[in-house]
Amino acid sequence: MSQPTNQQRRAFLAEVTGVAAATVVAPGVLLQSVANAAPRDTAVTDDVRYGMLIDTTKCADGCSDCVSACDKENGLDLMEKPEGASDELWEMQRPRWIRQVKLRNNLTGRVTSLPMMCQHCEKPPCVDVCPTGASFRRADGIVMVDRHTCIGCRYCMMACPYNARSFIHENVQLKTTATPRGKGCVESCNLCVQRRDNGGTTTACQDACKHGAIVFGDLKDPNSAVSQAMAKYPTVQIRADLQLNTGVRYTDV
Amino acid sequence: MKRKSGFSLLLVLCLGLLGGLGTAQAGEGVEGTARADKLDACVAPTATMRRSHFELIKHQRDVTVHLGIRKTDNSLAGCVDCHVRKDAQGKQVPVNAPGEFCAGCHEYAGASLDCFTCHATKPTGN
Amino acid sequence: MNKIHYREWGIESPRYWGLLAVLAAIVGVGGFATLYMEHEGHWVTGMTNQIVWGTPHVFAIFLIVAASGALNVASIGSVFGQKMYKPLARLSGLMAITLLVGGLIVLVLDLGQPSRLIVAMTTYNFKSIFAWNIYLYVGFMAIVAVYLFTMMERKANRFSHGVGVFAFVWRLALTTGTGSIFGFLVARQGYDAAIMAPMFIIMSFAYGLALYLLVLMFTFDSDERPLGDAVLRRLKNLLGVFVAAVFYFTVVYHLTNLYGTENHAFEAFILRDGGVYTWTFWIGWVLLGMLAPMGILFHPALGMQRGSIAIAALLVVLGGLSAIYVIVIGGQAFPLNMFPGHTIIESGYFDGVNGVARHYSPSLPEFLLGIGGFALALLVTFIGVRLLQFLPTSLADDVADTQQAK
Repeated sequence: MSQPTNQQRRAFLAEVTGVAAATVVAPGVLLQSVANAAPRDTAVTDDVRYGMLIDTTKCADGCSDCVSACDKENGLDLMEKPEGASDELWEMQRPRWIRQVKLRNNLTGRVTSLPMMCQHCEKPPCVDVCPTGASFRRADGIVMVDRHTCIGCRYCMMACPYNARSFIHENVQLKTTATPRGKGCVESCNLCVQRRDNGGTTTACQDACKHGAIVFGDLKDPNSAVSQAMAKYPTVQIRADLQLNTGVRYTDV
Repeated sequence: MKRKSGFSLLLVLCLGLLGGLGTAQAGEGVEGTARADKLDACVAPTATMRRSHFELIKHQRDVTVHLGIRKTDNSLAGCVDCHVRKDAQGKQVPVNAPGEFCAGCHEYAGASLDCFTCHATKPTGN
Repeated sequence: MNKIHYREWGIESPRYWGLLAVLAAIVGVGGFATLYMEHEGHWVTGMTNQIVWGTPHVFAIFLIVAASGALNVASIGSVFGQKMYKPLARLSGLMAITLLVGGLIVLVLDLGQPSRLIVAMTTYNFKSIFAWNIYLYVGFMAIVAVYLFTMMERKANRFSHGVGVFAFVWRLALTTGTGSIFGFLVARQGYDAAIMAPMFIIMSFAYGLALYLLVLMFTFDSDERPLGDAVLRRLKNLLGVFVAAVFYFTVVYHLTNLYGTENHAFEAFILRDGGVYTWTFWIGWVLLGMLAPMGILFHPALGMQRGSIAIAALLVVLGGLSAIYVIVIGGQAFPLNMFPGHTIIESGYFDGVNGVARHYSPSLPEFLLGIGGFALALLVTFIGVRLLQFLPTSLADDVADTQQAK
């Protein structure tokens, strides 16, 4: 049996990733500057920390574009209600990575709209409680679930202060290549990790927000849009009392 | 454990069937329509692939999920992309449909095929 | 000296096999329910992304908590040197194992991926109390098995005290671990309290002893073995004291919560506005589970009647299930307090709009799985006492007195 030629191998790779063979650039540079770049070939490091700023003054009441974009990006819209399931129960059982929430200040009556999702804590309770280590935090700050070792105990869902996680309650027929999904595992927003690893600079929700309420980027890079915006506006963490140092911050809550 | 894996295999096969019926209505894959059919060998010699493809994939899966490394020739997405065949109408047939690349061999060997309870069985583009 | 003799449970075969058949049938039904849930996924249960732990967890946690409590009788005998409890020790050890097996099976079968148990056994995150519990539970079974061996094998008798002490310490750690599953959940109003761990320990004392008493009375009565008033009075008084301790912890738990303003909404939910959870708390946990049994057990006349003692023990079990239900399900039904000082007026995903509780209605398969775990624990217990010498031939007053005087 002959070894595959280099050319064959390159062709295979190129087809897998859908890009022409690109010159290798240092990953950090790649991530910051090139939109449709090559997939990562080195491990993620903690030189970057991904995060978001949600400007609630821009988030429009009644708009759910970020939710639909997330559903599409991560194959959540491919989920089908199991035959015989009640609509009401299914709404509570289907996975959701991002959702719209509207709040009223009890004292002032001021109303705020904002999207809620995994807050990508620096010290995530879901990671602390996971018995197998399937719930983990990547070096670049993304909190996610390794479905290969998730046993479906749902302890992380008990521990999450943000109701950010979903359990897959049914057999899944359709899934995208980038977001595998199957019955009996827990999942949540992973800041579009497939985009992170393939050189993308945005998240689906950010792209979809026509009001510019979502700014995504590297919190450790002082020149990134998200760092600049955070330096400019007063921001808060949701449940700051828990001192989780969330990667997702909000203005005007 | 044994009964369990048999059960999951059954489930996987059923799923494959359902997936095949429900989504593409694809027929049987036609020999020679997968890109792999036209290559001499996979990312390693055939004998190695037959014996230890799962080790390559398993190693890759940990590296990808935890370290974010995607640029490699050992990804499951790569397997599916290259080995998926088309039916007479030119529709892609799920690799875990009976007799297709993955399922054909796993059925023959009586080995469970758990990948596709979660992973896409044909390329989806993203 | 009146030596204690042990003999296999001797009820006549048809009755024994009939009993096993009934229990096996319940286990079987639970098994089918599990296969169904397993095959379809959790959508056939009442569990959702908001109420993630349902009825199976209520049964599993109850059984696990009761398991460690069932060992108490043996511990009192060998750790604290109370001679009267010595003859009761073997059954106590057996039930500690069987109840734990029943509870763990329910817990494991309710996982999203039960087939990945091997992953749970080989991949650990030691910051997780769950990972510790895997060791604590498996270790508990092994230690109690050794403990039983030292009690039942004469040559090993001299180790019995040492192993018994070890088992006692281990069971305290185990129940602390189980209670901490909730105590460590900082995000949830109803759980984030250190008192959870000691409260679970004291609950385990009561629930374990209640189940033990029921099995003891049933096996002795059905086999026409004498069970003297002396032993029974001791055990029922002990049960009364344990239930009183649970009562104390329940009061302290809610009073401390009521003191802090941040917990007022949660307390109002459990104690006043929580609908089914409020009812379960007052009627199940407090009235049936604590006040009624205490009333019976300490009543000068009722407390001396076997029938009413059995009813009291049964009530403690029911009250225990209610208590775990309120803690597990009620604690989740109360919405997360994500935005203090704000009211959520709209949500795309069940965030407790206007403070409304999350919805959960238990489904039949979940319930059958839980009951199946109960039946399995009893099934194994009855097989155990039939095959091996767990039960003393007599606990009549003269036997017990002799033991006491020794």
